[in-house]
Amino acid sequence: MVMTQARPEARARTRPALIDGDFHNELDSIKDLYPYLSRRWQEHLETHGTRGPQGGYYPRFMDHREDARPPSGRVSGSEVGHSTKDYLDPYNVAHAICIPLTVAGRQSNLDLDAALATAVNDWQIAEWLDRQPRLRASLVISLENPPAAVAEIERVAHDKRFVQVQFSGRPQEPMGRRKYWPIYEAAAKHGLHIMSHAFGSYGNPILGTGWPSFYLEEHIGPAQAMQANVVSMVAEGVFEHFPTLKLVSVENGFGWVPSLMWRMDSAWTLLKSEVPRLKRPPSEYIREHLYLTTQPVEEPHKPEHFLELLEQYGDLVDHLLFASDYPHWDSDDPDFALPNQLPDEIKRKIQYENARKLYGL
Amino acid sequence: MAMIETRLDGDGSTATGRAVIDAAVHNEVPSMRALFPYLAEYWVEHINNTLFKGPTEFYYPPSSPIAARPGSRPVGTDAEAPLAARSKTSLSAGAPPASKLSLVREQLLKTTCVEAAILCSPYPVDSLHNPDAAIALASAVNDWQIAEWLDKEPRLRASIVVPIQLPALAAREIDRVAGHPGFVQVALPVRTQHPLGSRLYHPVWEAIARHKLVAGIQFGGVPGNPPTPSGWPSYFYEEYVGASITFASQLTSIVAEGVFDQFPTLRVALIEAGFTWLPPHMWRFDKEWKNLRRLVPWVKRPPSEYIREHVHLTVQPLDGPADPRRLLRVVDQLGSDDMLLYASHYPRVHATDPEERLIRHLPETVARKVRSENARALYGL
Repeated sequence: MVMTQARPEARARTRPALIDGDFHNELDSIKDLYPYLSRRWQEHLETHGTRGPQGGYYPRFMDHREDARPPSGRVSGSEVGHSTKDYLDPYNVAHAICIPLTVAGRQSNLDLDAALATAVNDWQIAEWLDRQPRLRASLVISLENPPAAVAEIERVAHDKRFVQVQFSGRPQEPMGRRKYWPIYEAAAKHGLHIMSHAFGSYGNPILGTGWPSFYLEEHIGPAQAMQANVVSMVAEGVFEHFPTLKLVSVENGFGWVPSLMWRMDSAWTLLKSEVPRLKRPPSEYIREHLYLTTQPVEEPHKPEHFLELLEQYGDLVDHLLFASDYPHWDSDDPDFALPNQLPDEIKRKIQYENARKLYGL
Repeated sequence: MAMIETRLDGDGSTATGRAVIDAAVHNEVPSMRALFPYLAEYWVEHINNTLFKGPTEFYYPPSSPIAARPGSRPVGTDAEAPLAARSKTSLSAGAPPASKLSLVREQLLKTTCVEAAILCSPYPVDSLHNPDAAIALASAVNDWQIAEWLDKEPRLRASIVVPIQLPALAAREIDRVAGHPGFVQVALPVRTQHPLGSRLYHPVWEAIARHKLVAGIQFGGVPGNPPTPSGWPSYFYEEYVGASITFASQLTSIVAEGVFDQFPTLRVALIEAGFTWLPPHMWRFDKEWKNLRRLVPWVKRPPSEYIREHVHLTVQPLDGPADPRRLLRVVDQLGSDDMLLYASHYPRVHATDPEERLIRHLPETVARKVRSENARALYGL
């Protein structure tokens, strides 16, 4: 569901309080980060620009909602004041988790990547968290350089407004691979969750079969990409080794969770000997450790199929977090994001309670 | 689809005499020597005198217990001395499972009421980057299938093996052998270098449609690119589980590229994909199509409609909720009784018996469709 025009603020009082698990704080341009970068890196960016694995961009009709653009003309979502007025206030958003989608974490030059990650976090503190107390943030790291990532976690984790460590949708290796374990160790030590947001790639195509032709395919693919990462984290024993770690899947849908759990359990009965780190049926790790945000909500043609989906995975309703994806083109209007037939008690969990517990808000 | 009710009193199973059409039996080449009669002298000499002994990579780990049910591997006099590099990568000497017709007859065709079986060879010519080797071996395997399987056993049909990485040569190979009435399908690996809907593969789709064959997309593939959107996983377990996401990706590509719009009579079988992943994939796909269909204006209807019309799936590996009533709800979510196909996937081993777990709980008319009628219609048997 694409958001409609901003609604009258008078309705805010009647709306239930929300926690938004996918709120985008945007850069208007990389120059927004210059105050947080040394002269050396500013000069590097001026001279050489950014450079990461290329070739994965698909033309689309828009990235951001035009109706969310601030009067200044900057990119939608790039001013905390405007996002507050346009979205947080009218929709009675009690808390929103910032997820900045930037070039940090995707640079081939790993020194630049680390500097950018640091800059993004300092920018989040100064321009978002300090200015809007309802916000929490995702800690940005140089994902493919775990020592730098760990150092960055250690640098900012004392600021408890950072609630999770951010992964892209397609890291260079499946997320369970041991390369990333130092990051999990640091996150677990500080009580931070691991969050993977759809899209973003370190050079891997969105399909396990190469590059598709259209943005439509790119836009369906995160459901598959996230499954690969969940399978990897479970199979490699990440949750066995870090029993307190939670994985938050953002913008990847959730309809696939029951069938993935069935398939993993069934395959495990055949292939246990290959993955001895798993002490229990794989679905148990998923039930304990995986949380998923709503947008985009799968929409079966028959409403009863949506309820069946929730029933198929008994406590799925305790693992879903409302998310708007504001201010992207495909963001959900909180008034219409969840199917009507959902009981209020379940809506309440998804809109507020689950996130409150998960993030300790 | 009519509301399915649980029928727990059913006693039908393949072992107790219900007729089935087995939609997938994975016949293997016993050794390179078996292909010599169908290879040019150049390749025979090459294989005899150089390190090249055919493909060295396979879709299933050859020695894994799930690759071969007990007794499916030829032994003693049945086993040929290996002239295959396979023995270098696995400890198993001798011929691979399901490589002898006599054993397949003994283990599969005799003991169950198999009316007919569709061979779906997993011979990995897609792993050969040398185009001449790939096409020579694909042709040899097809000629070997005609001589050693189709001409000897009338209950069998087979799948044409093609080097999918070379679409023009693949199409030519289809043209070469499609006239044999035993070939009803083209075997395509689910893992490919490019998504199968890509226009690169247009000649292959054209040939499949023109010869009224089925595109049988099966588990496996060794294209050289990683099987997940995040690179190479560590375990076969991940690849086995993750196959469903690759099948989903291929469906996305085939529908989005308009393959079914261009070839309206085309039929696709997803082989060893399982099926419980499909309903949520269709929900997402339909939703995204509503938002983004301007990018693919040739896709005129919701993707799920194309999928229900053109796509079939073997029931294995069958997973799902333990309660059969809930599993029937998942079948209902598919939205068509015509999609599911019984298959043994001989010689492979799966975790569940589909008859016990699913088919006997279906209403009898639907059960008959899954056991045989859907495959009969699909393969024109």
